[in-house]
Amino acid sequence: MGMTVAEKILARAAGLAFVRAGEVVEPRVDLAMSHENAALVINQFHEVFEGTGLEPKVWDPSRVAIIFDHRVPAESPKTATNQKRIREFVAANGIAKFHDIRGDVGGICHQILPEYGYVRPGMVVVGTDSHTTSHGALGAFAFGIGATEMASVWALGRAVNVEVPETIKVVVEGDFPPMVGPKDLILRLIGLLSAQGANFKVLEFHGEAIAGMSTSGRIALCNMSVEAGATAGIVPGDLETVRYLRDEAGVLEPIPCVQPDADATYVRTVEIDVSTLEPQVACPHTVDNVKMLSEVVGTKIHQVVIGSCTNGRLDDLAAAADIVRGKKVAPGTRMLVFPASGRVFAQALDKGYVHDFMRAGAVVMNSGCGPCLGVHEGALGDGEAALSTTNRNFKGRMGNPKSEVYLCSPAVAAASALAGAIADPRA
Amino acid sequence: MDTVILKLGNDISTDDLYPGRYMATVLPAETPQFAFADRTEFNARLRAGAIPAGSIIVAGENFGCGSSREQACSTLKGHGLVVVAKSIARIFLQNSINLGLKVVLCPGLVADEGDELEFTPDHVLNRTSGHAYAQVKLPAARQGILDAGGLIPYTRKRLMAAHGMPGPAPVG
Ligand code: SF4
Repeated sequence: MGMTVAEKILARAAGLAFVRAGEVVEPRVDLAMSHENAALVINQFHEVFEGTGLEPKVWDPSRVAIIFDHRVPAESPKTATNQKRIREFVAANGIAKFHDIRGDVGGICHQILPEYGYVRPGMVVVGTDSHTTSHGALGAFAFGIGATEMASVWALGRAVNVEVPETIKVVVEGDFPPMVGPKDLILRLIGLLSAQGANFKVLEFHGEAIAGMSTSGRIALCNMSVEAGATAGIVPGDLETVRYLRDEAGVLEPIPCVQPDADATYVRTVEIDVSTLEPQVACPHTVDNVKMLSEVVGTKIHQVVIGSCTNGRLDDLAAAADIVRGKKVAPGTRMLVFPASGRVFAQALDKGYVHDFMRAGAVVMNSGCGPCLGVHEGALGDGEAALSTTNRNFKGRMGNPKSEVYLCSPAVAAASALAGAIADPRA
Repeated sequence: MDTVILKLGNDISTDDLYPGRYMATVLPAETPQFAFADRTEFNARLRAGAIPAGSIIVAGENFGCGSSREQACSTLKGHGLVVVAKSIARIFLQNSINLGLKVVLCPGLVADEGDELEFTPDHVLNRTSGHAYAQVKLPAARQGILDAGGLIPYTRKRLMAAHGMPGPAPVG
């Protein structure tokens, strides 16, 4: 009886030869990531140590990463003070994987972890962010946890009482048609599975369309796996994983990858052929309210947002820049672009994409979470609609419950910015 | 016996429970003011203390989907609210157990606002309609945390045991 990738990773991390779905294990954590919500983790962490007489120190500072991204630069004294407290904690604990608010090494947590080679195939990664599933793109088992659970990980170095999840095998065949890509695939899959179709389960991706996909596209897939409720999304490590980690992240050490056994048990198999896939749009107010682009073409859009941990990488910006180059954003529509990291921003400058965007009338913002979670910039007016390459369209997600958010690929977003309404980039 | 104070549909997100713009407020003592902040009328009743502790929110499938923000749990717990849902998203369910927010899984429940509910170990009784509905047990893996009174005391015990310190034996 074989194991899935998730089972193999959890077995290794729990020091067991074999586990199967449903068993309870306590895996050692290889990487523990937080962003500004480390402020709450620190509070809970100190509570854990209260009355023990022990000094509150994280179990292994080399395995803790903290990245400021949600509110950068700080939008309020409260956030700035939280960030200040976190900096003090980082210094006191000697946490080196710390990315402050900077134009060079700053960025969104789910971009920074791959970019700096912090995530490797086979790792157990936890993060106080639901989109920690992103890191399955590099063959890791990565899942989101709450702040109190992170405090427990910082203290014990383990995730306690984890139920080994069942795995859904997703086999993706065919070549993507022009202007159709990973974002359309994951939206289609979420539409098929529903917002809770993979709750407590893992999505393990296979097939020729995955083998031929860049790590950037795989991050978009795994990032949004949680929108179907998945605990984790995993692309088993392969040649592309090793290429990315060597060439782009500068990793020098050996990179062993974890493959599922041929006789692993899957709870379900889903097959998708992308050769006939149409561009997809998730409509308000749930991510599984997915429609074909043709069904929503013409819908008036007041703000187009391109960026985030889902689609703010160089290939995403290239796809959008190719469409807006030499053209103008429609009057009455705002276009906001926020690169996923300082490194991506610098590359977009070198390639001229930033000029393309600005000449077209777009506003290019600093890298970070920006308008994605409706905190401090890019808010929507009452009754307005946004079209965004981000990953969530819940009511109020972009800061105003009286607005609407549609989700799509960078190509659809860019074409729509020019039209002032949802438009087909192939037209 | 407690009253159903709010009935909600499927896919209630953490943005609904605790909007992202209040996320800089983190401490459990401070988060309750922003519970359901965008449902202004309900939020006002909560803040006015007009809703007694133990009051029940009845919800459909996938309650608490979305972000991992723990404020979505602490904000409900601060008002002493109880959640009964057909199903609950993974991270929210774990956060609830970790923080001690009372959540009950009851896929078949039929109840309306104003109904009186009672909980037995295995059932939810709707005293208004006279019907009983089976509960689905919380994941067994988490029982040790529930028994310890939450993840903080649970972890504290484990930590002390790991340092060979006297104290209660490690749970689980
Ligand atoms: S970009 Fe959006 S989805 Fe990604 S980490 Fe930031 S807030 Fe979360």
